[in-house]
Amino acid sequence: MPITQTEVEKIAELANLELTPEEKDSFSLQLAAIIDYIDQLNEVDTSQTKAWQQRSAGDAIISAVTRNDDAAPSLGAERALENAPDPDEGHFRVPRVIGG
Amino acid sequence: MTISLTVDEIHRLYEKGDATPSEIVRAALDRIEESQSSLNAYLTVSRESALKRAETLDSGIRDAVRVLPLAGIPVAIKDNMCTEGVRTTCGSRILGNYIPPYTATAVKQLEAAGAIIVGKTNLDEFAMGSSTENSAYGPVRNPVNTDYVPGGSSGGSAVAVAAGHVPISLGSDTGGSIRQPASYCGIVGLKPTYGRVSRYGLVAFASSLDQIGPFARNVRDAARALSAISGRDVHDSTSAPVSAPDYLAALTGDVKGLRVGVPAECFGEGLDAEVKERVEAGIARLRERGAEVVDVSLPHSRYVVSVYYIIATAEASSNLARFDGVRYGYRTQQARTLSDMYRRTRDEGFGAEVKRRIMLGTFVLSSGYYDAYYEKAQRVRAMLVRDFDSAFEKCDVIATPTAPTPAFKLGEKSDDPLAMYLNDIYTVTINLAGLPGVSVPCGETRAGLPVGLQLIGSHFDEARLLNAACALE
Repeated sequence: MPITQTEVEKIAELANLELTPEEKDSFSLQLAAIIDYIDQLNEVDTSQTKAWQQRSAGDAIISAVTRNDDAAPSLGAERALENAPDPDEGHFRVPRVIGG
Repeated sequence: MTISLTVDEIHRLYEKGDATPSEIVRAALDRIEESQSSLNAYLTVSRESALKRAETLDSGIRDAVRVLPLAGIPVAIKDNMCTEGVRTTCGSRILGNYIPPYTATAVKQLEAAGAIIVGKTNLDEFAMGSSTENSAYGPVRNPVNTDYVPGGSSGGSAVAVAAGHVPISLGSDTGGSIRQPASYCGIVGLKPTYGRVSRYGLVAFASSLDQIGPFARNVRDAARALSAISGRDVHDSTSAPVSAPDYLAALTGDVKGLRVGVPAECFGEGLDAEVKERVEAGIARLRERGAEVVDVSLPHSRYVVSVYYIIATAEASSNLARFDGVRYGYRTQQARTLSDMYRRTRDEGFGAEVKRRIMLGTFVLSSGYYDAYYEKAQRVRAMLVRDFDSAFEKCDVIATPTAPTPAFKLGEKSDDPLAMYLNDIYTVTINLAGLPGVSVPCGETRAGLPVGLQLIGSHFDEARLLNAACALE
């Protein structure tokens, strides 16, 4: 299946990626080749099969994943902001949201 | 002093008073620093903190080796596992300055067992790759022959063990990222059952496939490391409340009556003739030692790469949405609005392979394509799982090659992503089924490149799996 430039742009928008013109070119070719290959799955009759579901630890264990909602100490704002590119008075500062 | 030693050998030195943790760790650090310019296996070397910790162990080491399975053992950690206060980059520009405020559970467990972290190892960006050429910090080279890749994505951790820096390192395996580099570098690499080891603090790539596991020079050390990192963790709801046996005690080397399944589908087209020869010779050795070799079938094997690259990229596109320049990591300097900032940050922060996979994953999940790709792949995945269920009715472990070829040269496949993906044909399938697998060295090609044999076990049957691997050594 060929992937057009417009489709690449649409996928990039959904993925929040700003691609360069060179990337758009190479991705449309590479994605088309990969999608051509994975289209081999059309050979498999899956009409009688249900989609796979996690059975993380073997079938018996799947029920054991809930826990009590107990309050416990958390990281705290100061530590949580240590890696922030632009922290400001206990918040994450970002460029303006509306417009542009 | 070299430290191309196993844990047992280092512990004997400690017991006899012939070495101290400080001496062993200093030797490891010296070798790491000497090798950096040729191998590029490390992104961070923790010289000061490692020596400091070693010093605290020096005086009590003779007693410590009796109670701590990894007392005074230098280890290296793949740089996608968080280490409090130590930069964790994932091989990406987007996390180039990220200093985690917490440590991954598996790393904590290794330290609790007495291990000393000497460094964080290089990897394909976000563990996406099969050659460790996709790191934002330059490629890693194979110590067996530096013209060749070490495999990936845990190439740095494989090299740390193969080059004799440390006896044990940790990697992560989403589609073969421990087993394939182990195979290319001639060492042991274990991907445990999904849920065996906590993933808390492992930066997520594909959450239904990711698993942390050890590299080691022999099966004994891999078993020792697995015992240390196994178990339920309240911070990871997918970690299993299944108790871990003493994996070291399980290594008798006795494989009499063990049923070894050989799937014909993994020995056909695309398999290098020399690799095939070595792997078959390995299987013959198991038979000589009393194992029973049986034919099994994995009829959907030819679809595994397609299923894997749909599911892994779909999960990755979702997991990597968190890297947006707001809370941590890199942020673009040129954005006027918030959405502008997201897009530019991600474009400048991610490398080509990561973007390619985010694009593919976004595509297979997008409206109009979800059923044809993602849903379809999850159905075929269910069929693959059933193939394994049937096969394990006839056998205890399954033997295949780890990779279809020995290591390839740097640059050989970097322009052809699909060719690179097809290299994962024997490894991705066990991640899709959540099974444990181990790559064990089984000789080398005439050109001197190592070949690995992959053994696959049933869920939580690592004890039997490692014992079979031990019989191959």
